[in-house]
Amino acid sequence: MTTKLVDIETAIALIPDGASILIGGFMGVGTPDRLLQGLVDAGRVGLTVIANDTARPGVGIGRLVDARAIRRLVASHIGTNPETQRQMISGELDVVLTPQGTLVEQIRAGGHGLGGVLTRTGLGTAVEAGKSRVEIDGETWLLERPIRADFALIAADRADSLGNLAYAYTARGFNPIMTMAASTVIAESRVVNKIGSILPDEVVTPGILVDYLLEPCP
Amino acid sequence: MTRLDPDKERIARRVAREIRAGSLVNLGIGLPTLVASFIPPDFGVLFHTENGLIGVGPRPEAGQANPNLVDAGGSPVTAVPGAAAFDAALSFGLIRGGHLDLTVLGGLQVDSQGRLANWMVPGKIVPGMGGAMDLVSGAKRVIVAMAHSANGQPKIVNACTYPLTSIRPVSLIVTDLAVIEPTREGLLLRERAPSVSVERIIQETGTELIIPDNVPEMELG
Repeated sequence: MTTKLVDIETAIALIPDGASILIGGFMGVGTPDRLLQGLVDAGRVGLTVIANDTARPGVGIGRLVDARAIRRLVASHIGTNPETQRQMISGELDVVLTPQGTLVEQIRAGGHGLGGVLTRTGLGTAVEAGKSRVEIDGETWLLERPIRADFALIAADRADSLGNLAYAYTARGFNPIMTMAASTVIAESRVVNKIGSILPDEVVTPGILVDYLLEPCP
Repeated sequence: MTRLDPDKERIARRVAREIRAGSLVNLGIGLPTLVASFIPPDFGVLFHTENGLIGVGPRPEAGQANPNLVDAGGSPVTAVPGAAAFDAALSFGLIRGGHLDLTVLGGLQVDSQGRLANWMVPGKIVPGMGGAMDLVSGAKRVIVAMAHSANGQPKIVNACTYPLTSIRPVSLIVTDLAVIEPTREGLLLRERAPSVSVERIIQETGTELIIPDNVPEMELG
């Protein structure tokens, strides 16, 4: 059996400048920190990042912002990161702000083979600009398109060497949804144990969704 | 416990009286978070945080924080016995799908129809809406907890100058001066804060209020 385990250099070498990347995490919790540091160390630029937020300077996805690695950002919240706001206002960074529940459903639709999402969220607000309304049985909905990306970078709490993943508390967030919506999924985990160490009922992300798993910290 | 600002405490105490036993409640960051302090622990209320937990408990003791357990503001919390963790899709399905009984949110402005603006100040701060648009569009009840005025300017206005969070009117507005309910006919003044006159509320409100003959004082429990 070929192994999914890769070292950080191999993982980062898969991701070119300009790639589109789904990144898990909420305010730096449940964020794949080793993979993000790898992108910074390798000097990647021009990335499209789809994530809930950019945490704070020096934290989580904030480190990619600090390194000016991102050209386009799709997120629900940037208020905790003044550097993201500065780059947005100066024009260095394109930011698309999307309601959090819409964003996760767009990613879910992208990963589950669905053509879009119908939601009331955002109707009649600035979020509606450029989007279509759909009438169904007399109710009005806003049509939001599916989102997919070249890569998903995922953080888990426990993994086995097949790539089965389990998460901890609020570090789950967007991670399992994102594993469905990328061409290549790279995960890192607090621990990587032997096959069978996570009971089938406890597996949240089936290993077949994970293409590469970062070798555990030495 | 540090002493609370009396205006904020009054708002939090009054909002707490709206919370029904056994309900599922989402408290926004900032002032709404204070509401939890005024709910009896045996009331069976469960708190939801949109980053993926039902059963949010108090802040952890110093040194006891679990790095994987935070609230929607990213601050460490605990999980009560019986708590449930889940992904972001389920969390927002709970909100939009009618499973969340109440959300309490801060506000920048509310208009004459009871519509809230709370996610950006054009040209100044662009924090983003996070979960606010889903919460206002989807929760069964939405209560805005905010100061009645900011820098001498009314926050309850004819038309919001800041972008709306949702076109759905909120259920109730609780400020340091008043409790106001958006109705089909307009904004109804339901209660006034202790020793605050109806005249002062009218003066500090930037749009017309419906004033019943009797406007009782808030009960603060």
